[in-house]
Amino acid sequence: MHNIKAIIDIISLWTLPAILLLILGWAVIKKVPIYEAFIEGAKDGVKVSVNIIPYLVAIIVAISMFRASGAIELLTSHLKTILNVLKIPADILPLTIVRSLSGSAALGVFSDIVKANGVESYPAKLGAIMLGSSETTFYVLAVYFGAVGIKKYRYALLAGLMADFVGIVGAIIVARWFFL
Amino acid sequence: MNFIWFLLIFISIIIGAITGKLPDVVNAILEGAKTSIDVVLAIMGVMVFWLGIMKIAEKSGIIKVISKIIQPVAKWLFPEINSESKAIGDVALNFSANALGLANAATPIGIKAMEEFQKENINKSSASDAMCTFLAMNTAGFQLIPATVIAILAGFGAKNPTEIIVPTLIVTTFAFCSAIFIAKILKKIFPPQIKENEVEENA
Repeated sequence: MHNIKAIIDIISLWTLPAILLLILGWAVIKKVPIYEAFIEGAKDGVKVSVNIIPYLVAIIVAISMFRASGAIELLTSHLKTILNVLKIPADILPLTIVRSLSGSAALGVFSDIVKANGVESYPAKLGAIMLGSSETTFYVLAVYFGAVGIKKYRYALLAGLMADFVGIVGAIIVARWFFL
Repeated sequence: MNFIWFLLIFISIIIGAITGKLPDVVNAILEGAKTSIDVVLAIMGVMVFWLGIMKIAEKSGIIKVISKIIQPVAKWLFPEINSESKAIGDVALNFSANALGLANAATPIGIKAMEEFQKENINKSSASDAMCTFLAMNTAGFQLIPATVIAILAGFGAKNPTEIIVPTLIVTTFAFCSAIFIAKILKKIFPPQIKENEVEENA
């Protein structure tokens, strides 16, 4: 197992430098004025960052309000009995909801699960799989659409949430198969 | 989005009133607004840096080379996108960065792809099919190694934190493929985009 950890560490360390070397090296060979090109693209970065502010404020404020209202806890307590029948730990439910809404909050919820159940527990492992296989859907949509000024999302949100749901069900099945 | 945004705020206020957490909900408005700016400040530097690097990649033609390599897949994923479009190369780079867990680099690259998609969009304020498919792929969060989660588990003293890699990979691959198929199905169900000038005529 130490080998796997060592390989992962090397990959994590080298991916970014390797990509940078590849892009810059290729550009130098092709005689691109890299510094001028960098500045030109970087200026767009400033514009994009400012453009996404209204979209981010809209979604993050609404999600903060939703989390503060206690709606998630209310839902969790009502669904507990159904979850017990399906042998899904009730602690995991807030994570299934929060992970689509906010990345930092999902990390917090996951830490709580680990603290409450122990790091070697089944809920901790299920939570780890759920967290590792998800992306904050609302945040991704706000940032990507915000950057190009799209206001009508059409089916993008529905597709994202449906995929999230598939991920949750998949995590429950796979975690049970591996760890229960 | 209008409806969901309203629903989130409406439910928050009503439930907050019932549970007696209305003061928290009100505070959350200020907190949320502040968090948004923190998030923007946190990603701004990285965004500026990577969009700079991506401009170099674009000018050197490396994006075009990558586009050519993955064209068969791209044609299936984004049938309406011109095969000459630089978006394809950006999508491939965004996918690779996400898969390697480089979220900071992936986001600006993904935005670059969105800008290329926007060039071919027939209605600039509504999402094209290619954008919806691309974002469905992104929200599924495909990742080869969940480094953050492993780090947290290790931090809590897990004996063998890397044991979650394989099950996570199975789930994330499955969710990623599902996302693509879901987007393909929804594309058929949802009404097609209306061209900008036609919207104006109707209004």
